[in-house]
Amino acid sequence: MASSRLLCLCPASWSTPILVRFFEWFGDFGRFCGRLARTGFAPPYEREEFVHQLSEVGARSLLLVGLAGAATGVVFSLEARDSLLRFGAKPLLPTIIVLSILKESGPIITGLIVSGRVGASIGAELAAMKVTEQLDAIEASAVDLYKYLVATRVLACVLMLPLLTVAADFCGVVMGWVATTLTDPIPLRLFVNSGFARVGFNDLLPATLKTAVFGLIIGLVACFEGMRARGGTAGVERAAASSVVYASIFIILADVVLVRIILVFFP
Amino acid sequence: MNAATPQAAVQVQSVHKSFGAQHVLDGVDLQVAQGETLAILGQSGTGKSVLLKLIIGLQQPDTGSIRIHGQEVAGSDMRKMNELRQKIGFVFQSAALYDSMTVEENVAFPLKRHAQLSDADRRTRVQELLASVGMEEALGKMPDEISGGMKKRVGLARALALAPDILLFDEPTTGLDPITSAEIGELILKLQRERKVASIIVTHDVQVARMVADRLALLRDGRILITGTFEDLKNSHDAFASKFLSSAWQG
Ligand SMILES: Nc1ncnc2c1ncn2[C@@H]1O[C@H](COP(=O)(O)OP(=O)(O)OP(=O)(O)O)[C@@H](O)[C@H]1O
Ligand SMILES: [Mg+2]
Repeated sequence: MASSRLLCLCPASWSTPILVRFFEWFGDFGRFCGRLARTGFAPPYEREEFVHQLSEVGARSLLLVGLAGAATGVVFSLEARDSLLRFGAKPLLPTIIVLSILKESGPIITGLIVSGRVGASIGAELAAMKVTEQLDAIEASAVDLYKYLVATRVLACVLMLPLLTVAADFCGVVMGWVATTLTDPIPLRLFVNSGFARVGFNDLLPATLKTAVFGLIIGLVACFEGMRARGGTAGVERAAASSVVYASIFIILADVVLVRIILVFFP
Repeated sequence: MNAATPQAAVQVQSVHKSFGAQHVLDGVDLQVAQGETLAILGQSGTGKSVLLKLIIGLQQPDTGSIRIHGQEVAGSDMRKMNELRQKIGFVFQSAALYDSMTVEENVAFPLKRHAQLSDADRRTRVQELLASVGMEEALGKMPDEISGGMKKRVGLARALALAPDILLFDEPTTGLDPITSAEIGELILKLQRERKVASIIVTHDVQVARMVADRLALLRDGRILITGTFEDLKNSHDAFASKFLSSAWQG
């Protein structure tokens, strides 16, 4: 009795120990992914829905991602300038700003922002459709949910994430220059030239493309959480929240692994 | 494949379904021939909606068999399942319209995917379908801009889109005024006459059941308590059956 109490940490379900729920979650999630892989990507394709989702994902997050990127650029410029001055390495400032944005901050910030914005909205959308029987209605019309709803959203996230990352990188670098030039005037051309002088293919491409994995995580987790929602309005709210929480955690964990892999293959 | 005996359109055999400890269906048997209309009556919460969802494979029975034109529903793969579902129209209790689409797009949804029609032909077909339920004016409206009864009728038009052989209605007239209810009843009768559809109608509305159904079935305690014509049930010695009918049928 007392020991079972101790195991039950999560108020959502007092009856099942958290460890069991943890494994159940992964089991269900694995089945969900398997089902998607089996039927989701077979023709005929849902082109219209896919294009719609591309624009939704892009439009919903572009402004936020741009703002977050810009803010990061400013912060880097301020912080790095201070540190570099101490070592008398101020000429390195553009390189430091560009490198840290392109290699890490741009991608991870984009992943987290999109998981908050798009993950929540996909999770809530599908959950609302679930609790109002719209998912049942789609299935009753002999349409595969995995093809119509899941594959389109997951693919849209996978494709849009790298593009949004480029947008975040761009805003970051430009605002990094603006913040730098306010204290130490430097022409944009010079800033970019010296900033990118030591940046190579291995810095740029793997870091940008790894965000496709973040997109995959966001799409899969949000669709999964949305489709298994139950229990009316509260269920919709739970699905939206857990989409964001799980997607963000998995993105951070995936980033650790991906950075390690990229270091091995693109030294 | 057994060509000698006429196949039932829908055949349900000793189907059991529980949710956790709650036994909702406890050995349901029923059978509907092509061209026949069966009304299922029963108190709220007896599992009528669950039964319809089992028939179209939205939920799986714990045990028992459900056949559509002789083909087993439970356990068939996705492709076969979808072939079966194209022959079935389902009218949801809650209408379940897609709330991000207009009325027109709702009705066009199954047509877009399963009927080889040009855009113009599809438009015409959608207009015909909406006209047949008296909703042609609502074409461009969103579901949250129309009333509950109108949603029901759009849901019916959507269910009819692929010209199904089998129709499953979950409370098609609940919440509608008597005149609209009678109109929906007429529509069901017309479908039955002209297209020989097999229908299962879950309803509390005994008048509509009497009007459209060849047979009535009373669901109680997870089983079909009694089936027969309206008169059979009314005159039956089963106290519950006659009470159920007479309490709903004040005349
Ligand atoms: N997905 C589900 N999970 C758990 N229990 C369920 C589920 N679906 C239905 N039930 C339970 O099954 C029982 C029957 O539900 P159902 O919706 O079939 O009733 P009904 O006969 O259609 O009632 P009504 O006439 O009010 O529509 C209810 O007690 C309900 O709590
Ligand atoms: Mg019901």
